[in-house]
Amino acid sequence: MTLSITVNGKRRNLETPPDRRLIDIIRDDLHLTGTKEGCGSGECGACTVLLNGKPVNSCLIWACQVQQADIVTIEGITPAQGLHPVQDAFVQEGAVQCGFCTPGMVLSSVALLSANLNPSQEEIKQALSGNLCRCTGYSKIFRAVERAAESLRSGK
Amino acid sequence: MARYIMVLQSLQVVGASIPRPDAVGKVTGRTKYGADHSVPGMLWAAVVRSDRPHAEILRIETDAALVMDGVETVVTAADIPGNNVVPVVLRDQPCLAEKVVRYVGEPIALVAAATQEIAREAACRVRVSYRDLPPVFDPRDAMKPGSPVVFGEDNIIKHWKIRRGNPTQAFKTADVVIEDTYRTPYQEHAYIEPQAMLAIPTAGGGIEVTGAMQCPFYVQWALVEVLGLPYGKVRVMQAVTGGAFGGKEDVPSLVACQAALLALTTGRPVKLVYSRQEDIRSMSKRHPAWIRYKSAAGETGKLLAVEVEYVLNAGAYATLSPVVLWRGTVHAVGPYRCDNVQVDAYAVATNTVPCGAFRGFGSPQILFAAESQMDRLAKALGLSPAEIRARNLLRKGDTTPYGQVLKESVGSEEALDLALTQSDFASKYRSLPKECKNDRIKRGIGMACTFYGVGLGAGGAHLARTGAFVQMMVDGSVQFAVGTTEIGQGMETVLGQIVAEELGVIADGVSMLPTDTSRVPDSGPTVASRSTTMSGRALRNACKTIRDIVIEEAAESLGGNGSDVSLGGGWAQAKGRKVEISRLAANAIKQRKHLASQGFHMAPPTSWEEDNGQGDAYVVYSWATHIAEVEVDTATGEIRVLKIVAAHDVGKAVNPQTVEGQIEGGAVQGMGYAIMEHIPMENGVLQAEDLSTYIIPTSKDVPDITSIIVEHPFSEGPYGAKGFGEHPLMGIAPAVANAVAHAISVHITEIPLLPERVLSALGK
Repeated sequence: MTLSITVNGKRRNLETPPDRRLIDIIRDDLHLTGTKEGCGSGECGACTVLLNGKPVNSCLIWACQVQQADIVTIEGITPAQGLHPVQDAFVQEGAVQCGFCTPGMVLSSVALLSANLNPSQEEIKQALSGNLCRCTGYSKIFRAVERAAESLRSGK
Repeated sequence: MARYIMVLQSLQVVGASIPRPDAVGKVTGRTKYGADHSVPGMLWAAVVRSDRPHAEILRIETDAALVMDGVETVVTAADIPGNNVVPVVLRDQPCLAEKVVRYVGEPIALVAAATQEIAREAACRVRVSYRDLPPVFDPRDAMKPGSPVVFGEDNIIKHWKIRRGNPTQAFKTADVVIEDTYRTPYQEHAYIEPQAMLAIPTAGGGIEVTGAMQCPFYVQWALVEVLGLPYGKVRVMQAVTGGAFGGKEDVPSLVACQAALLALTTGRPVKLVYSRQEDIRSMSKRHPAWIRYKSAAGETGKLLAVEVEYVLNAGAYATLSPVVLWRGTVHAVGPYRCDNVQVDAYAVATNTVPCGAFRGFGSPQILFAAESQMDRLAKALGLSPAEIRARNLLRKGDTTPYGQVLKESVGSEEALDLALTQSDFASKYRSLPKECKNDRIKRGIGMACTFYGVGLGAGGAHLARTGAFVQMMVDGSVQFAVGTTEIGQGMETVLGQIVAEELGVIADGVSMLPTDTSRVPDSGPTVASRSTTMSGRALRNACKTIRDIVIEEAAESLGGNGSDVSLGGGWAQAKGRKVEISRLAANAIKQRKHLASQGFHMAPPTSWEEDNGQGDAYVVYSWATHIAEVEVDTATGEIRVLKIVAAHDVGKAVNPQTVEGQIEGGAVQGMGYAIMEHIPMENGVLQAEDLSTYIIPTSKDVPDITSIIVEHPFSEGPYGAKGFGEHPLMGIAPAVANAVAHAISVHITEIPLLPERVLSALGK
């Protein structure tokens, strides 16, 4: 099939089998390797991308499901200079260890904060519950999301 | 002490929570992990594995795979150019099974193909014919005469012991004796990045391998054996590694040999990335353990005798089991004085997946038993859990149950006191059972004191050295390389701080080069919480040469002697004047001075007598107290861990934020081990093979965690630091189990504390 999608703001037309996984299109065809594969079955969230603004596991989505869709990967939220406030908060709070879950965590956090700039602890935990982290124990990730929310509220 | 405080006050970078330099690449997705490396002309690999626990291989038919479009080659043991052995402690594990398979998941053949999909499909089409042999799955069955033989003559890979005093006599006269049997489960590392490796043949007939790993020098050794190449033609580079926890200590040697064998055979680059299922099924795990523990105390709570029988299910090959077992043996009594000790520890082979390293390395299992016993002794004597521990805790100058006198850096008591105070243990221990919301929900608080021998100790003394390389550039910026690896723990950050401190530059001006076997000499493995101390010391040695030149330049530029010069923040100062270090570097290089240096460090000596298990096992120990508060639903058996307070003596926190990160992460991994992580084994087949059947803690399971840092400096460590990265996991399971026992008044002797086990303990 010919797949027409927007990835990180750029229109793409790709020839692809309809059952090709979105993660393979992103990583292998578009060379956006910031999206990670941790399990291939929608359990770990490392392959999270934003599909029309909503976080999804790109390992569970087929090409035929994303015709005309708008996709944002970790590369897409990274400004040309510096960092997105969520990324900066992850760095400052020590919310990164091995970093393999981090792109997915950042995107789930971005999705949460784009809908809710005043999330409670429970709302943060809920929003990140599809993203597994084995290193940090999550605590510093929660603080990073709170810090990012604060900085986004104050418009910094 | 006064001198120590003075030194610390003058530190500028060491001791500061600077942000991790590797974090920016990780939050932006720019960092490349093993699977992110690709090269033109690359093939993909897949592994054909045994589906039998114990069988003779009769035939391997590869035709159906070879005829597939895109399949390049299939190789078996017969195609191995070197020795068919992946060496670890012993040399019993083949790269590819030759005549016999000994566990479900054992590699038999390898496929290289144009895509990963074709390679995996072709692997399914390789036909292996077997003649089944009788298997053995339980290590205690495997120890019995007449058992099927998996290893050696009697399946016993290693037996370690401790003999001290006269436990038999002490048990007779003790006021209280508690004896029970404890069981601990497999624990899967569940690093989020599955194993991944890229092997590239070189023009000179050698091989270059890049991938996820903790121990590049282990991988190099295995490649030399299997490929039959000289060391000089084998180069191993660590890719940024997405979590390890011991699960990328020895097993990446297998993955690397698989990819490299295909690369040499085809003459093309080969990439191998495991699926999550393949990773869980075939890679190492924490050893399941069976522990019989008997201990005795006098009426004041003094620990009089300990007798332990400790059996680890090693799986089909020895891998790291002898040394995992040794650490467990050394830690068997916990951090206490005890004059009468008998420990018999066995690592036993079975027809199951080989177990190996996992954070704590044989000690979490035995500490679960040891610390459960301490609570039960206390209860029998009417003492509080804190009292009995304080009464027996090892302090500076004490002798361990294996005869080592503790000369320095013993922060055990301070860790205990701070954890007790900050958790409000005493009053909660009295009040929590009464404060239950209702009859159904019970609350409790529990504790565990632990210690951890830092570094390889006498069990790996021959590997206890590290190399380092440091270079100051013409602009004063600095590059360094070490032989240990960044695996998420923060080594790059901490070592960068040490280099910045030594050379007086700002931390931002220091960069670590990727770990690569061609840059520094064999530095041993990245395990045993040894990177900060060992690579830190090697780096300090390397920096000294450069620092001397910078000081010489500064003295010349500012006037005065070298002894007047101080370095810091990118400046050299003397007699009230200052000059930028970048200018000094430029001057030195213009004068053709050598602003680069190698450093090396060897650990101080350790000892162990095999006959009686006595000796100076480790150079130094980290000390900790873990306290857990839980809620138990007595109707469903569910446990919620509400709070964890963990106090750790780390010698010196080079980066306190990173230390906290280790404590928090270890606490949650330990909580998973305590209450939820579970892989039953049936007939040699693991009954969980992905992350929806093997449950690890999510964001919604996380307790409130308080980290307390205690600093009793270690004279041989860089700036007093000693390793501790494994320690945060070690005391969580017993602390949680003791808290549950406090809540429901029954001690459960098998983890994880699954709801059904809790209900059964409650008689439901």
